[in-house]
Amino acid sequence: MSSVRVLVGTRKGAFILRSDGKRKDWDVSGPFFGGWEMYHLKGSPVDPNRIYASQNTSWFGQLIQRSNDGGVTWEPVGNQFNYDGVPGTHQWYDGTPHPWEFARVWHLEPSLTDPDHVLAGVEDAALFQSSDGGESWREISGLREQKSGSSWMPGAGGMCLHSIIVSPQDPQRIFIAISSAGAFRTDDGGKSWRPINKGLHSEGLPDEDAEVGHCVHHITMHPSKPDTLFMQKHWDVMRTDNAGDSWVEISGNLPTDFGFAIDVHAHEPETVYVVPIKSDSEHYPLDGQLRVYRSRSGGNEWEPLTKGLPQSNCYVDVLRDAMSVDSLDKCGLYFGTTGGAVYASADEGDSWEPIVSDLPAVLSVEVQTLA
Amino acid sequence: MIRVVLPAHLKTLANVHGEVELDVVGVATPRSVVDALETRYPMLLGTIRDTTTKKRRAFVRFYACEEDISHDDPEAPLPEAVVNGAEPFFVIGAMAGG
Repeated sequence: MSSVRVLVGTRKGAFILRSDGKRKDWDVSGPFFGGWEMYHLKGSPVDPNRIYASQNTSWFGQLIQRSNDGGVTWEPVGNQFNYDGVPGTHQWYDGTPHPWEFARVWHLEPSLTDPDHVLAGVEDAALFQSSDGGESWREISGLREQKSGSSWMPGAGGMCLHSIIVSPQDPQRIFIAISSAGAFRTDDGGKSWRPINKGLHSEGLPDEDAEVGHCVHHITMHPSKPDTLFMQKHWDVMRTDNAGDSWVEISGNLPTDFGFAIDVHAHEPETVYVVPIKSDSEHYPLDGQLRVYRSRSGGNEWEPLTKGLPQSNCYVDVLRDAMSVDSLDKCGLYFGTTGGAVYASADEGDSWEPIVSDLPAVLSVEVQTLA
Repeated sequence: MIRVVLPAHLKTLANVHGEVELDVVGVATPRSVVDALETRYPMLLGTIRDTTTKKRRAFVRFYACEEDISHDDPEAPLPEAVVNGAEPFFVIGAMAGG
């Protein structure tokens, strides 16, 4: 019988939530790495027992943990993230040049075909890869050396590379996104990159339609439509149907189009989920009501999903990597809040139940669907 | 024999309880003690100092004999009381909340 394993990264450790295919009763284990910030955990699609985790504190820096038994035991692997060559500078918040400095790993993206191959998106924004199960890391420096690199600047959370999508049809094609630089694509395995931000419009920029500088919060893709990406930008929900060559806004009837998390239904490539957040100065849901919005038409027409979610006095946030889907039938959805709850829906978002409600602030949620 | 006291997170990471006892080759200095510590516990690489520059991390301090020696020359000999094991060498995580 199928089962699911939910990997939860929080401000103070990692947790693993397990259930059978009914997704009704849950076993909770953790905290793993208690007291450390766990920005992201993700399992290999080809070997689900191989899980990578990003462990960090400002005190003691970055560690990468690896499990070969589905998260029961862990071992630290390589943690040297050295920029290739002389890193140079990017823009600081005040517009002055600032040296590129490694801070942390925001996102780990295991290969679709090789459990020892994994990509890491880091702050200050760069892409690293490991081909030996995380023992050693090498920068894919063509991205940072892209001609606009010196003009990139940090968002409020730091200058993070937070989204990595490898095309399931062409492993040479990789999409990434950086706050606040925008989205980028390579078609040659990382040697060369170009910004893919045409159609984005950001009022905080001197040139609101600039080639780079947009605060992209998250991007996602359904594997059956690798040229279609969905984006939650700082403000605006966007889509592209030509691999990022141009974007159109699909915010439609959303009550607010600010937010962080966005994901696609596992079996319906035009069914999209977002969690609208009131504004960039408030970072909590509108009217204290935690609502997931679903579009079954690829955007523009959205419906609120509220059953089982708090509809009063709720002032939490849902961060960019904190929503995920399983591939069971019906598709399950999961998201975590900065208030420490992880909600699950076993019916495509129609109804929700909290799996846990009092964890530390949730930074990331990833789901593994196990045979 | 040098006695080293680690902060809680690094004890957990290194899977040790209580103090660590190290044999340091040559003159015992902050640098040689951390060298020996990292050799014995490679999982601590990068958590106390930068692996390339050897610069101490900003939120980590070194204490010995009730003195903060974080900004002393990392090649300077440690006090005799630390060298002979009467006093430990402290690796401290800054008290910065959170």
